[in-house]
Amino acid sequence: MLIRFITLIFLVLASAATSFAQGSDPKPLFDQLADANFNQAETLVGQIAATGDPRVVPALNAFSEGDLYFRKSDKAVFSAKSAGSQLELIDPVTGESAGQVAKGAVTKIKVNNNLRRAIRAALGGLTLMSPDRGARLSAADAILRSPSAEALELVEAALAKETDGEVKARMEEARAVSLLSSDRSIDEKRAAIETISGLGASGLGVLNSVSSSIDPSLKPDLDKAIASIQNAQQLWNLAQNVWYGMSLGSVLLLAAIGLAITFGVMGIINMAHGEMVMLGAYSTFMVQEVIRENAPSLFDWSLAIALPVAFLVTGLVGFVIERGVIRFLYGRPLETLLATWGVSLILQQAIRTIFGPTNQEVGNPSWMSGSFPLGGMTITYNRMWIIVFSLTIFFALLFVMKKTAYGLNMRAVTQNRRMASSMGIRTPWVDALTFALGSGIAGIAGVALSQIDNVSPNLGQSYIIDSFMVVVFGGVGNLWGTLVGALSLGILNKFLEPSVGAVLGKILVLVLIILFIQKRPRGLFALKGRAVEA
Amino acid sequence: MSFKAKLGGALLAAALSTTAFHGAFAADDTIKIGVLHSLSGTMAISETTLKDAMLMLVEEQNKKGGVLGKKLEAVVVDPASDWPLFAEKARQLISQDKVAAVFGCWTSSSRKSVLPVFEELNSILFYPVQYEGEESSRNIFYTGAAPNQQAIPAVDYLASTEGVERWVLAGTDYVYPQTTNKILKAYLMSKGVKEEDIMVNYTPFGHSDWQTIVSDIKKFGSAGKKTAVVSTINGDANVPFYKELGNQGIKAEDIPVVAFSVGEEELAGLDTTPLVGHLAAWNYFQSVDAPVNAEFIKTWHAYTKNDKRVTNDPMEAAYIGFNAWVKAVEAAGTTDTDEVLDSIIGVAVPNLSGGTSTVMPNHHITKPVLIGEIQADGQFDIVQETPAVVGDEWSDYLPDSKDLISDWRKPMSCGNFNVATGKCGGKGS
Repeated sequence: MLIRFITLIFLVLASAATSFAQGSDPKPLFDQLADANFNQAETLVGQIAATGDPRVVPALNAFSEGDLYFRKSDKAVFSAKSAGSQLELIDPVTGESAGQVAKGAVTKIKVNNNLRRAIRAALGGLTLMSPDRGARLSAADAILRSPSAEALELVEAALAKETDGEVKARMEEARAVSLLSSDRSIDEKRAAIETISGLGASGLGVLNSVSSSIDPSLKPDLDKAIASIQNAQQLWNLAQNVWYGMSLGSVLLLAAIGLAITFGVMGIINMAHGEMVMLGAYSTFMVQEVIRENAPSLFDWSLAIALPVAFLVTGLVGFVIERGVIRFLYGRPLETLLATWGVSLILQQAIRTIFGPTNQEVGNPSWMSGSFPLGGMTITYNRMWIIVFSLTIFFALLFVMKKTAYGLNMRAVTQNRRMASSMGIRTPWVDALTFALGSGIAGIAGVALSQIDNVSPNLGQSYIIDSFMVVVFGGVGNLWGTLVGALSLGILNKFLEPSVGAVLGKILVLVLIILFIQKRPRGLFALKGRAVEA
Repeated sequence: MSFKAKLGGALLAAALSTTAFHGAFAADDTIKIGVLHSLSGTMAISETTLKDAMLMLVEEQNKKGGVLGKKLEAVVVDPASDWPLFAEKARQLISQDKVAAVFGCWTSSSRKSVLPVFEELNSILFYPVQYEGEESSRNIFYTGAAPNQQAIPAVDYLASTEGVERWVLAGTDYVYPQTTNKILKAYLMSKGVKEEDIMVNYTPFGHSDWQTIVSDIKKFGSAGKKTAVVSTINGDANVPFYKELGNQGIKAEDIPVVAFSVGEEELAGLDTTPLVGHLAAWNYFQSVDAPVNAEFIKTWHAYTKNDKRVTNDPMEAAYIGFNAWVKAVEAAGTTDTDEVLDSIIGVAVPNLSGGTSTVMPNHHITKPVLIGEIQADGQFDIVQETPAVVGDEWSDYLPDSKDLISDWRKPMSCGNFNVATGKCGGKGS
């Protein structure tokens, strides 16, 4: 159905490209959309595109985004944009405003995936010669995604006029994929296969789809091209697994790094650690809500603003927990465990009562969305920034611990409390501040995790086990151990996952850790010296 | 020490207050019904809404004068997402609170946990969530969708409208996705799909790192055939899954995802702009254009005092189940379990998509299947609606259950009648 339809557009477009002004008016075609079902609408889109009139491009875009409406009174079709509580109607052809109406006076014209594909193909044909560079680039992309022999002449006509290097290269690729299913000569097709084999994974789909119908004399070339893409893919797969592993590792590191302080350095079995992460994520939500209400233009900065807020909020909560509960329980690990677990339940239910049990929407700023290709792999911005972010926090924390007076006090207290006390350090305050620091860091981890996970009252629970696993595996009391532990667990997980699946992979990692702990009870980087015996 | 004492005291007080609350209203002029939904723990995210919906339905019914001239009274308990606790709370509702019927459960595990309790104490449970089928109990009514009321029509839609030939069946690792995927795989293969064109993938509960799986799906989709993902991924894991899809640039036009556990409520925590065009199959969407639905949404917003609260499919299932029970009780003139079980079969009540749903002898109901595409505002555009479908408890596509039917009318009164051997009980040949 779709193929036949695309054929139709391109056949007409190809003739339109040579004799541009056909004089047919797209406006009545748009108006017919009001009563059309999906199949009829698909044909209409083809006819609209076939007028070759470049003025219809914005309206077709609006259609694919669900912004095309018809007026109930006279069934005239308009694209519309929101204007306060009303809708501003825009003529689909001339682009002129047709006044504002209440939302109830118009009906949205429904669009489904097939229609969107049809519109994308139609737009590809219409915008190949657009003066806008970006439009030409996405037009070439559209043809790359839905190749058809009929697009060939159009692409070649556009290619002849193209001067921009990158657009030209993309059009060459679009030409190659279109050529493969056309009736051009064997030699031209051979060259096209050559071009496509440089496309990587997306080329694989094109080559596979023609492999059954292609001329037998080209079969060896085709198979060779497929094999070469697959070989290259395998190498990239390796790189990709390492990257995914680092990304998972950085999430583990974020979750565990606060615990590396409260559990690793102070020795408190803190079951409420996950809830600190959750509070951090909710702080982000609150900050974004305030920004959405008052200063939407600042939205891209929301995470930067949320960082100190989350740190202060969770730090304060941590401080209160230490002063209110934990300080009475030092030296009694089992009771600490139970008490902090109780605190975690209280915090969860409190958040559930205040914000409700459902997920809250935390938006991604524009610089955290999308991805870019790197060779044969896709790197998503949010994962990349989270890796950068977690390493930054790690080194900042390391600096505080090793290079500041406060860090020195902290290490002194945890290594030998009585000696430190005799030297005039106010150990209770150091305890409270250290716990607040660990909690605050869990809070800023929550800011980052709100970008990739659900913000719900259960957020913390999913990270608590992983956090303890990382800290114990890396070696209690050693920050470097936490880093190495997190990254190696992440990478191990991602190498196991493709071969044994996510469920078994997770089990295997747990079994391996148990075995490892049998051999080295103190983890990867065990602390040495007297502190261990204390 | 003092802290421990305080903590213990607080817990004790909390425990006392819940029982005291239930004990306080032991008047005889009311009919009690139980609401068995988790209000804390992992499932609270989905189940709390259903509790609110049930309380709203009870309130509305009382405004209309109650049932049999008596007021209804909802007894709410919190099984805290803990499956054994579901059985305990169910027993408490039936034996101590003497409720006439119970509305509740979400996961199949919780339903399986309470099933023996309802059969032993002879009470009635209305289960409002889509499930995997392969079960039939005299005491349970399944008002959510069976696989043939959701999964199979969705796959048919993708195959016929979008021309999909290659399938990824992705799910969370537990009983509902596993059984559904088994049925779907058998169904697809019976339609001529080859084994190598089906990829099955399971992930743990709450899985949040989808990078590998999404890139696997991308690779699987580059074989030159139109590919789609059929997702039985549960609850919270969906949000990171969709985020990863959006970030890796997989658009619905290229590889559409049809989900069976993603509704308006799940999308509420998500920016849906990158997801426009991905699909969901349900028996109800909030966007259904019907006067009865507009009325229901209005009542819901008024009850919750929040006009942003969405409605979803399990709420509709609860609505149908509740109204069917009310009608059956009024027909029987009593809330006695055996008489209600007899009178409820064949009862037809309006559903929210503008038609009626009938309670069938197999304790499932009839309802239409709607396919919706996700919109940028978190709602669904309905792209297809089937006529009403009868829920099929024993799937026709699994060798073990294809000969089984269930009919709880007398004299058959059997949940697993084997039409091949003509006997009640036991699996097929």
